[in-house]
Amino acid sequence: MPDATGLELLAQDLRDADADAVLDTLHFRDRATLIVNPARVRPTLEWLKARGYGFLASLHGVDYYPDEPRLGVLYDLLDMDSVDRLTVKARVPTDQPELESVVPVWRAADVQEREVYDMFGVVFEGHPDLRRILMPEDYEGYPQRRDFPMGGEPVLFTYNEGQVPRWYE
Amino acid sequence: MAVTREPLDDFRIRQLRARDMLRGDLDGPQLERHVEEGVLTTRLDQAADWARGNSLFPLTFGLACCAIEFMTIVSARVDVARFGFEALRASPRQADLLILSGRVSIKMAPIVRRIYDQMLEPKWTIAMGACASSMGVFNNYAIVPADKFMPVDVHVPGCPPRPEALMHGILKLRAMIQGHPDQGWRARYGAAGTEEVVGPERAVDAVNVFGAGDTAGA
Repeated sequence: MPDATGLELLAQDLRDADADAVLDTLHFRDRATLIVNPARVRPTLEWLKARGYGFLASLHGVDYYPDEPRLGVLYDLLDMDSVDRLTVKARVPTDQPELESVVPVWRAADVQEREVYDMFGVVFEGHPDLRRILMPEDYEGYPQRRDFPMGGEPVLFTYNEGQVPRWYE
Repeated sequence: MAVTREPLDDFRIRQLRARDMLRGDLDGPQLERHVEEGVLTTRLDQAADWARGNSLFPLTFGLACCAIEFMTIVSARVDVARFGFEALRASPRQADLLILSGRVSIKMAPIVRRIYDQMLEPKWTIAMGACASSMGVFNNYAIVPADKFMPVDVHVPGCPPRPEALMHGILKLRAMIQGHPDQGWRARYGAAGTEEVVGPERAVDAVNVFGAGDTAGA
């Protein structure tokens, strides 16, 4: 992990390369996070990859409800040479959940972006095959969003079977 | 002529009588009585139920962690072969018991139903574990309980059930098959006539089978 100073230096280098790339930095419990402009995700990640963070360890989504912008997409990068980890976070609102795909940069992002799309509804522009990956194709809604109903149903036992008449039909 | 009814519960007397019969010394009412005691009569459907209950062929089919416990029932400790269930078939066409060992997601449910439909009557189902029965800890948007989309004969509770519990469920099913064939559940769920029959438009000619009259390979 870059320490707090190293993170600021990295952010400053990024700002020098692209003035509006970095929105904020966060260093919490030895985890360095760059909060980047969602419109500049792809060039920022390409810059970081050239810088040495060549391995995309994970790509996942978060719903920060009720904070706005609600959705977050986190890219966990790893510098294999210096064993240095960096988290890049992009926040997008639910009414325009669009990010540029990083599949051309890392092939491994393919299924992970599909999963984020499936569970959070973030649309990755430029993804070669953006389909649902876990839920059925005709499923409506994005189940990992916080405002999505939990689902499920009351457990059926013999004693309450009569309360759901002819449920089996 | 009155038949003499001496007590025959002595094994030695019966042995002597059998020896007499083999020598040809037994005739008349005594011979009839010997045959009457030596023959067991039953109804054909009862005999068929008895045979079915003792030779269930479970489908080799696992869904989740319950499948690990399901595998254990064929091992030495809880040896399912003692009851004639050890022939796990890899094809639903040959199996007559489907054990739903794990959670069924809504994406998997049509596939499970299709496998059930591909099995031939008579067929039975065991919902193994909490997830297959009532969704268990996964009571959310992704999982569906088994009896929402197919008839289930026996529910085995547990998370996962121990192999002994599954064994108990299988023995309950055996008792059900031998004693009370369906207890009304199957008619209630509309379970009869659910076999999937492949029509001629989807039938595929078998590969590597010689045509009729071709004796080249004989």
